[in-house]
Order: sequence, then structure tokens, then C-alpha cells
Amino acid sequence: MAGMPLFVNIEETVSIILFGVGFTMLMLHRNLIKKIMGMNIMDTAVYLFLAAKGYIKGRMVPIVTDGIQDVSAYINPVPSGLVLTGIVVSVSTTALMLALTIRLYERYGSLDLDQILMRAKEDEEV
Amino acid sequence: MSFVQNFPFFSIIAAMFSGILSSVLDGRKARNLSLLVIAVTTGMSVMVLGFCMRTGESYTYMMGHFPAPWGNEIRAGVLEGLTAVMFGLVMFFAVIGGMDHTAVDVEESKQNLFYIMIDLMLSSLLALIYTNDLFTAYVFVEINTIAGCGLIMIRQVGRSLSSAIRYMIMSQLGSGLFLIGLSLLYDVTGHLLMSPAKEAVAVIEAAGLYAVPMLVIMAVISVGLAIKSGLYPFHYWIPDTYGYATPTASAILSGLVSKGYIFLLIKIFYRVLGQENVIASQMINVLFVFGLAGMLMGSVHAILEKDTRRMIAYSSVAQIGYIYMGIGLGTQAGMVAAVFHMFTHSATKALLFISAVGLYEVSGDRKDYRSLIGAGYRNSLAGIGFAVGALSMVGFPMLSGFISKLLFATSALQSPHKMLPTVIALAVSTVLNAVYFLRLVITLYTIPSGEENEGESTSALPEKQKPEGIKESREKQIVLKRQRFSKFRLAVVSYILLNLVLGLYSQPIVAAIGKGLSMFD
Amino acid sequence: MSRQRDDYENSRWRKFRSWIDGEVDPLASGIMIQPPKAPIEKRIEKPKTENPVTLQSESIQDKDREWNQTPEEKKDPEGRGIRWFCRFYQVMSVFLCLSIIFVLLWTIAYLPAFGNAGNPDNNEVSARYIEQGLKETGAVNIVTGMILDYRAFDTFGESCVLFIASCCVLVLLRIDAADGKGSFRDTKNRAKKTKGDPENNIMAEPEAVRTVIARKRLEEADDRLYEPKNDVILQKCACVLVPLIFVFGIYIVLNGHLSPGGGFSGGAVLGSGLIFYLNAFGFKKTEAFFTEKIYRRLTLCALTFYCMAKSYSFFTGANHLKSGIPLGTPGAILSSGLILPLNICVGLVVACTMYAFYALFRKGGM
Repeated sequence: MAGMPLFVNIEETVSIILFGVGFTMLMLHRNLIKKIMGMNIMDTAVYLFLAAKGYIKGRMVPIVTDGIQDVSAYINPVPSGLVLTGIVVSVSTTALMLALTIRLYERYGSLDLDQILMRAKEDEEV
Repeated sequence: MSFVQNFPFFSIIAAMFSGILSSVLDGRKARNLSLLVIAVTTGMSVMVLGFCMRTGESYTYMMGHFPAPWGNEIRAGVLEGLTAVMFGLVMFFAVIGGMDHTAVDVEESKQNLFYIMIDLMLSSLLALIYTNDLFTAYVFVEINTIAGCGLIMIRQVGRSLSSAIRYMIMSQLGSGLFLIGLSLLYDVTGHLLMSPAKEAVAVIEAAGLYAVPMLVIMAVISVGLAIKSGLYPFHYWIPDTYGYATPTASAILSGLVSKGYIFLLIKIFYRVLGQENVIASQMINVLFVFGLAGMLMGSVHAILEKDTRRMIAYSSVAQIGYIYMGIGLGTQAGMVAAVFHMFTHSATKALLFISAVGLYEVSGDRKDYRSLIGAGYRNSLAGIGFAVGALSMVGFPMLSGFISKLLFATSALQSPHKMLPTVIALAVSTVLNAVYFLRLVITLYTIPSGEENEGESTSALPEKQKPEGIKESREKQIVLKRQRFSKFRLAVVSYILLNLVLGLYSQPIVAAIGKGLSMFD
Repeated sequence: MSRQRDDYENSRWRKFRSWIDGEVDPLASGIMIQPPKAPIEKRIEKPKTENPVTLQSESIQDKDREWNQTPEEKKDPEGRGIRWFCRFYQVMSVFLCLSIIFVLLWTIAYLPAFGNAGNPDNNEVSARYIEQGLKETGAVNIVTGMILDYRAFDTFGESCVLFIASCCVLVLLRIDAADGKGSFRDTKNRAKKTKGDPENNIMAEPEAVRTVIARKRLEEADDRLYEPKNDVILQKCACVLVPLIFVFGIYIVLNGHLSPGGGFSGGAVLGSGLIFYLNAFGFKKTEAFFTEKIYRRLTLCALTFYCMAKSYSFFTGANHLKSGIPLGTPGAILSSGLILPLNICVGLVVACTMYAFYALFRKGGM
């Protein structure tokens, strides 16, 4: 069983790879803007994962059409709702991080987190 | 349905609504509103606690017209009520105790925004405590994170901004892991509400399906929440964050925010993943090992540190280690000890941060702990508060820290494999705690030796302040605000009382925690 | 811990640990060595030298120079170690990334197959949403019905996330006049006043210790410098497109319960329309109908209504009372109970917040 589903569930495989890339970028990249990009990649990967999970082959979007209210007609609406909620959360955090980055750049003239921390330390000692 | 049962919902909504309302109020009114809301919600939590104690069982509360697997739900029991009461009390006195500093540290026109953060922080903490839905938990974890970040950076000096972004980065890593864990869990169980999800997990475990995904889900959720609460290898954002925020924020962040995540983790262990499954997997041992490492390394770092507030922050790392160690023991007694230590730590750490500020004020606001020589005489109440907090952390009898160490030790004796490392780590960590806390306390009560030192300290002050006009004005402003000094006193005295209550009347509290934990199943 | 060596202070382990603790940043100096960084640094400095403001920006420049110098002085003894560390760091990052991906791939290899109707998540929960959703919520769009009725608490939390994020951005980026009155207009007036001799005025201002940033912001406050002035192409396009965008946004908001869309997407469209208008015609014209006051009131009203409405429905739901809100005929615009007004509220909040983000990022005020 192991191994094969990776090629069948290609959406999930891709989303997991993206998640790993985004996670690593957020954790280890030194540039703040790239960190924020990494965060967005990570979040988006999770949404892709969820969206892929909600999909069922050959079914419609969960909007009642022609009065059909049969389970077998529509895909799972729950993941779509979660993605909607998640997107707003990630927009908010992105805005906050970008605002912080702007302030730090104004103050320290750098986007490099290590440099910023170093300068912050020196700044205080002066 | 009794009217009291509505109170968890009322308290969450009231806190949120006060935050929304504060956006059009000025700083003063927003502050009063937020104090009022904290007091009212704490009162409600007390009544919820009383209700649950009386009925002896927990209850779920539908958020909407639809029952469990379909609509959102919150849940209240003894442990939830107790935690909400503790958090409310700690928060109330943190806001009161640091009020004067908040007024100075935060720009006049942004005061109301600070109290918005406080209100929403309260609501998110309450929601994390009461939630019975995983996705609700995620959303409120995010509110908590953003509010925490807001509290850190509201004092807009360079260092707090840089620590805020660090905090954000670490928190986002944690959130990302938590979210992917949630998605995986949803994928294998098909539920987001805790109780149906637990049933589904039980079915899966019984059928032996999805062994690998369940393990990874456990790992990812635990690690995500551990990062957010600052467990040892992920702790490096803590010292800056706690050390440079405004006092109220430091007290709230160290005392409450990390505890909120730990509480959520415990809740997920018990109510979703199933405690026995968590114990059966190796995850609990990982937490145990990291907890032990945190206990020791946090204390070592604290000893090496010169700056008092950073020292207290590193001590937080050690205390978080204690809590995770308790969780990692994997027994009911260990969990009780962990929860009790959560309360101890919130009360004590908030006391330490608030009273440390009182000591700084009379010592020229310098970083080095040596500047605090004799500060205990200059501000006697702050000195006493700090001493009580420090002794409690070290584990002095009669204070709450003693009880939690006792609980840890007794619970360690019940788990044969982990007994030895736990007891050794407890002993070593206590000694290390004693080294730096008693050093601080002794410093506080050392009489500045003669005129030479006196002259030095007085002449050093203006010298230090001159280059930065901002500091001077800050000092002056604080002195101006000093007329309302009684608020600071009130906060410190209440925290001391809280510590004594936790220390002297621990029996009913421990019993209540045990009862609350058994209600989780 | 590694064994104690004579040169423990200089050892890699020590550096690594101190970096982990955030005490020292060996990497920071490593970055300086990399050649491509240098021109960027210069580019950053340049506008500052052109800056007419001398007093404080010079001191910052001095600091900048100092900062830029120190690592070069330092680099000689440690240079190789740091370069080695950089390479090590990169390798470790890639390794970490791959291991995370591997673990998660290993996990999802065991997950249920994609697109299969028999998966665990297609259970009674989604079945009820689909089968009963129309009857219970009145919303044709099942997803909207789910997020605004079944799981409305999450969605309320989500609006609060947006609200608190906008508060945080306000804290960070709003420029307040030093006298604390807090309105952008004061800043602007002052900026105009100070145009004659900025230095003197700054000197006279005791609060001006809020450093260069405040100074720079005063300039930026008068954002006209950065604004496209009367760009005819942009304005003509805006004349045509802005009404369309608005109508489209309103359509999405109002039809949230009938077709794909809803408060969040419609609000984002409306917000982008506002931003477009702002770019074409400038702040002055936008302020004629959209100021900070209006923003605050709109957000407050929308969130208050949201809060009240949902509290009512939670309260009645939990206490098993009839909510008494008619659901209307499915498919009609005025149907599905509270969902339509809630969508409008959410749309307003999102539109205002998006615009506020833009305005704050651009000039620190509305």
C-alpha cells in the first residue's frame, strides 16, 4: 500500500512538499520578506491539502442546483469552509508581519533578521 | 437548563464585545471597560465553577441551533472553571499592577488599542479553555498569537519590535504545524468537534487503521503547541519577548498565554486523541525528555543571565519544562501536578514581573541585577513581593511552589521508569533555582555598603539618563503617576495572597483538578 | 555537552549555541562578506544621503556605517569559521526541509485516497449539511450556510482575527501627532508648517525624540510625493472600472447565500475597488467620503451587529428557544435569515480593513 498513494494522491503530495518548503523558509530563512513568503506558502499548502480532501470525483460544488439535495450530488462542503476561514487568518497575520517588517526596516535599515537582532542589541548597549 | 450554564458563552462574547467597543473609546474608558470585563468574566467563571462543583459533572453548550457533530460547541467543567478563574484573577491584577507603566510606555493615542489587545486576549484565552471544537481552537489560537504580538510590540522600542517579530515567526511555525495536524486529523476522523472526533479515534485505534498518521498527528499537534508555549528547544524567543515588553504584557504573556496553549494541549490529549493512546505512543516520552532538558537548561541560562527580567524569563523556560515533565509522566497524578504548577506559575511569575518593575523604578531602571542592591529597602512592598515569588519558585514551604514540587515528586514515585530522572532533575533544578533566585533576593536586601556605593548609585543615575531624554521623561512621568501608587500595592498584595492561598489551601484545589481531569474523559 | 576545549569560546559548538540562544549572531557577519549584499546596502543608504533632513538621520547614518564596519573588522579571525557555518547552515536547512517533507509524505501515503466518496470525512456531518442545509439555514450555497450558521462561532472568531490584526497594524504604522491628539490631519498641518525650516522646528519639539522615524513619517505623511499625480490614463480607467468593481463586489456580498462568494470575497473586491480609486484620485478625494472616523464607525457597527446577532442566535439555540427569524423562500435575495445581514457586515469589515491596511502601509493614516 505504501508508496503508491503518493502518485495517486498527487494533490496531497504536492501540498505536503509545499508545506515543507514553506515551513523551512519560515523557520530558517534570514530575510524577513522571504520568511513571510514562506509563511504564506505554508498556509496555502494547508489550504490546498484541505481542498483536495474535500473533493469527490464527479460531483458538483456544494451549491444547491435544480433542487437536488442528495449527498451523492455534491462534494464535501466542510473543507471549503475551513479554507475560507483559514485564508482570512493568514491574510491577517501576513499584514501584521509585513507591518512589523516595515517598522524594523525603518529603524535598522535591514531585512535580515540576524542583522536586525544584532543591531537591536548594539543599539541598546550604546 | 440553568442560567449559569450560559456564563462561559457570555464571558467569551463579553470580552470580545468590549474589545470591539474599545476601538472607539479613549484610553481611560477602554481601560476601565477592560478592567470591568475582566472582573465580570472572572465572577462568571467562579459561578460556573460553583455550578460544576455542585452538579459534579461537566456540560456542553451549543453555539447555535445545531447539536454536536454539526454545530460549534463549548464545554465547561470543573477544570475549565478553575482555570478560567485563575486566569481571570492573574490578568486582572496584571492589568492593575502595570497600569501606570502602560500609561507611560504606550503612546497616548494608542492606549485604547492596548486594551483592545487585553480584551481579545482574555476572550481568546477563555475560548481556548472552554472550546470543544478543534477548528475554533485554531482560530482562537491565532487571535491569541496576534494579541500577544500586539502586547509585545505596543511599547514601540527597537528591541520589543524585534522580539515581536521573533515571537510571530515562532508562533506561526507552531500554528502551521497545529493546522496541518488538524487537517490530517480531520481527514482520518471526519470530525472537528472533540467528542465525536474522540469516538472516531477510538474506532480507528481499535481497528488498527492509520497507525502512522495518528502518530504523526500526535507529534505535529504536540510540537506545534509546544513551540507556541516555549518548551525548551524552542524557547529562544522567550527572554527577549518577556524581557522587553511593558510589565502588564510581560506578566500576561508569561503567566497566561503559554498556559493557554498547554491547557489546550492537555484538552486535546484527553478529549480528542485519548490519553491512553498518547501514552502508548512515544510522544509522551519525548515531551518528558524535553521537559527535563528545559528544567535544567532554563535554570542554567537564568544563572548566566545578568538582566533581572531576562533572568525571570529564563526561569519561565524552566517552569514550562516542569509542566511538560508533569504531562510527560503519563499518569493522572503527573497531570494534576502539571495543571497545579500551571496555576502556581501564572500567579508567581506575574508577581515576579510586577514586583521586579517596582524594584527597577527605585533603582534607576537599569538592566543589571547588581543595580538592585538594597532595592528591597527602597521599595519594601515590591521587595517582599519579589522575595515571596522567588521563594515560591524555589519551593519554600507554605507557598504554592512547594506544593507543586511536592506533587511532582509524589507523582514521579508512581511511575517507576521515570522516577529516577524526575527526582534527580527536580533536585538539581531546585538547587539551580535557589542559586539565582536567592542571589537576587540577597541582592535586594544587601545594605549598600556605605557612602561610596550610595554616591555611586545616585551619581550613576543622572549620568545614565542624560543621553536619552526619553528615559528621563519616562521616569518623571512614572513619578507623576505615583500618586496612584496604591494600585501597584493592591496587585502585589493580591498576588502574594494568591500564592499563599495556593500554598496553604492546596488540598481542595488539587482535588478539584483531579475531578476536572476525570471529567475530561 | 561537548568536552571543554581550550578555545571553547571560539568553537563552532559555542557559536551555534549562542546563536540558538539569540545572544550572538555569527551569521550576521557572514552575510556581510557575501559580495552581492554590498550594493544593496548602498542603495538603501542613498536616499538617506539625499534626505534634506540632517540632524537625526546623520546620526543614524553614522550608526549604519558603524554597523557596516564592525563585521569587516571582525571578519579576519573568524571569517573562515563563519563561512563554513553558512554552508553548514544551508545544508542543514535543506536537510531539515527534506526530513519534514519525508515524514509528512510517509504520513499521507497512508491516508484515504483522493476523490473517493467513501473517505472518513464524507460522513454524517457533511451529509446533513447537504441534505438539510437548505431547510435549516435557507442558504442555497451550502458552504455559506455552514460557515455562517452551523459553524458561526468560528467565523465570528475569524472576523475578530481581522479586527485585531488591523488594530495591530494601526499600532505599528499609524502616525500620531506628538501631542497625542491622534489625528492624521495634525501631522499633515505640521508637516506643512515645518516645510520652511524643518530642523528648527524639530529642535523646538521636545517630543521629537521619537527619532528619525517620526521625522521621516512627517514627510511621508504628505504623501503627495509618492502619489501618481493626475495620471489621465489611470483616472479614465478608474472612472469606468471603479463603479463596475463596486457593483460586482456588492453583488458578491448580497448573493453570498445564493452563489459562490460571500462577505469575505465580496469585501475583498470592494476593498480593492477603494484602493484603486485611491490610487487614481489621491487621498484628498477619497477622504471626501472615507475617513478614519467613517472606517471606525463602520467597523464598529458591523462587528457590533454581528456580535449581537450571533449572540442572539447562540443564546436561543443553546436554550432551545425559537429564534423567530424567518428563513424566507430559498433562492430569493431576502432569504436565509441572518446570513444576508451577516454577509453584509462581514463584507463591510473586510472592505474597510483591506483599505485600512493599504492606507496605513502607504502613509500611516487614513
